[in-house]
Amino acid sequence: MSDLSEPRLLNLEGNHACALGAIAAGCRFYAGYPITPSSEIAERMSKELPGVDGIFIQMEDEIASMGAILGASMGGMKVMTATSGPGFSLKQENLGYAAGAEIPCVVVNVMRGGPSTGLPTRPAQGDIMQARWGTHGDHPIIVITPASVPEIYEQTIRAFNLAETLRVPVIILYDEAIGHLRETVEIKDSNSIEINNRIWASEVTDSFQPYAAGEDKIPEMVRPGDGFRTHTTGLTHAPDGFPTQDPELVSQYMDRLLGKLGHHGDLVEGYETIEVEDAELLVVSYGITSRAARRAIKLARAEGIKVGMFRPITLWPFPAEAFKEIIAPIKNVLVPEMNAGQLIEEIERYRPEGCDIEGLNRIDGETITPEQILDRIRELAANE
Amino acid sequence: MSEVDSKFNIRDYLREHMFPHFLCPGCGHGIALRALLWAIDELEIPKDKLAFVSGIGCSGRLGAYIDSNTFHVTHGRPLAFATGLKLARPDLEVIVITGDGDCLAIGGNHLIHACRRNLNITCMMLNNEVYGMTGGQVSPTTSSNRFTTTTPHGNYEPVFDACKLAEAAGAGMVGREITLQTPALKNVLKEGLSHNGFSFVEVMSDCTEVFGRKNELGDSAEMVLTQKSSVRPDGYDNTVEQPFRPNFLKTGVMARNDRPEYAAAYRQHIMSMKEG
Ligand code: SF4
Repeated sequence: MSDLSEPRLLNLEGNHACALGAIAAGCRFYAGYPITPSSEIAERMSKELPGVDGIFIQMEDEIASMGAILGASMGGMKVMTATSGPGFSLKQENLGYAAGAEIPCVVVNVMRGGPSTGLPTRPAQGDIMQARWGTHGDHPIIVITPASVPEIYEQTIRAFNLAETLRVPVIILYDEAIGHLRETVEIKDSNSIEINNRIWASEVTDSFQPYAAGEDKIPEMVRPGDGFRTHTTGLTHAPDGFPTQDPELVSQYMDRLLGKLGHHGDLVEGYETIEVEDAELLVVSYGITSRAARRAIKLARAEGIKVGMFRPITLWPFPAEAFKEIIAPIKNVLVPEMNAGQLIEEIERYRPEGCDIEGLNRIDGETITPEQILDRIRELAANE
Repeated sequence: MSEVDSKFNIRDYLREHMFPHFLCPGCGHGIALRALLWAIDELEIPKDKLAFVSGIGCSGRLGAYIDSNTFHVTHGRPLAFATGLKLARPDLEVIVITGDGDCLAIGGNHLIHACRRNLNITCMMLNNEVYGMTGGQVSPTTSSNRFTTTTPHGNYEPVFDACKLAEAAGAGMVGREITLQTPALKNVLKEGLSHNGFSFVEVMSDCTEVFGRKNELGDSAEMVLTQKSSVRPDGYDNTVEQPFRPNFLKTGVMARNDRPEYAAAYRQHIMSMKEG
């Protein structure tokens, strides 16, 4: 166990930064199952949690670890689990339960090559759509895509803040390359870290309804043992928590559930732009690929090419409002991804008239290089 | 009936605004719920200190009727969920209500490991030999040659003995009872609730409307009497000839061990590590 309270600079690999970020955010319960390339998160949590009076448990499978964190979250703890492709597939049903019953939780998916067992030790960005739509039915979910080790640390803390205040599952999505990359992380004094906690219902009344929400669309949480004696279910439920099929109550529930993230758009949104002010060509990139894009843009700018970058940090919900403004004057968009073209489908939705959007894809288990992106930027600029 | 007429009033434990309930007439699940609440009443566990976790199926729906902290989770996963809840909140008396499909088929792996870990949870598995809620498909406990909607020519699969499984996997306490012997069932459940470790109680329930009707087993009175004639409180028979399911099922408390309870062992391990 390390002393985690002391501010300092640490050289960490991405997966360890994720574990330390979780503990800094107040995570005190971790249930997991071994899977490459995410196992270092479980290993670090198993080492650190006992020292902060937390609980680590390795469950019998991926589904059980997802179930266990939801049980612990309803009991009142901040919780996390981590996995990779095959395990992420197995967690989807219980992720839907978390979305529907509004149980705060953080789930890390360290992406490897797919489909199926795929390339367990090679990086990929193939789970972009699964992270958004992996569980069945319409549902709210937040997906965060950090691009560096320090950003994994910061964004893991932010993931907990969002999960706890918005009662929503938050996915931290990065690839094997960042997971195993080592960079320097500034561990801050715990007093200077912003921590947001869930709101507990405190007044037991006869008319109390566990899923009734005010203007902010977020119901207060009920701690078992506090006297509320409420019901939690994955069935579609009325504000009183009990199942309903009344079309009006079903609509009310779905509207609130699907509307709550939009209502808190300022909190949820997260993106970075580079040199977009005068850009004619835009690279849209996230995660490890955005690092190559950043370098390519620097080199292209040195050649006088007016190129910029939009990097979603919160990938889902996609930062649409900000993006619409940025893409409006753009003539060419390049979307490099380590998949066969996933986020590009979303980008197409915002295509201004006369704008060309194309992908640069790599699905061979290797990262996209700055040279690959730079070459394509040059071609696009030359065709203008 | 004198024991049934004790000070226990089931209404003290029910959410009566949820009535009428969904159970079919004659279904054994209601009696099992009664026995469970009766056991809780005799042990004087406050309603606020209880947490019920149930899965999917007819058994899973029972939680909604209990005036307590109730969690109706995903199919097969109540034990996984309960494991997290109990570890986070050792102050709660965590009770899992599950069925033969929920617990032995889709959730079988969780049962094995819950028994092995021996966390202080009580698991009541209602065995009605069938998937009742989905219309009567074969389950891992359907008896030989019984008809279900997916065994239209009779069941040819061997039957799971859940209690033997639980015992072999290391459950702290294992018991079985039939619903007809409600006071005895209540007593087995009391033992389960009192045991500091993982307790597994199998309740032989009867699905009158779906399983009973399909197999012409008569009304619920007839079904429970048939059940009574197939159990023996004094031990297994024919275990050699039919390893999966003897002709006679043993009832009562069948196994008990005093292995360390998981959460206590975890805390002790961490404490000694910190001191060391
Ligand atoms: S279907 Fe069978 S188990 Fe389900 S409520 Fe009806 S009788 Fe009971």
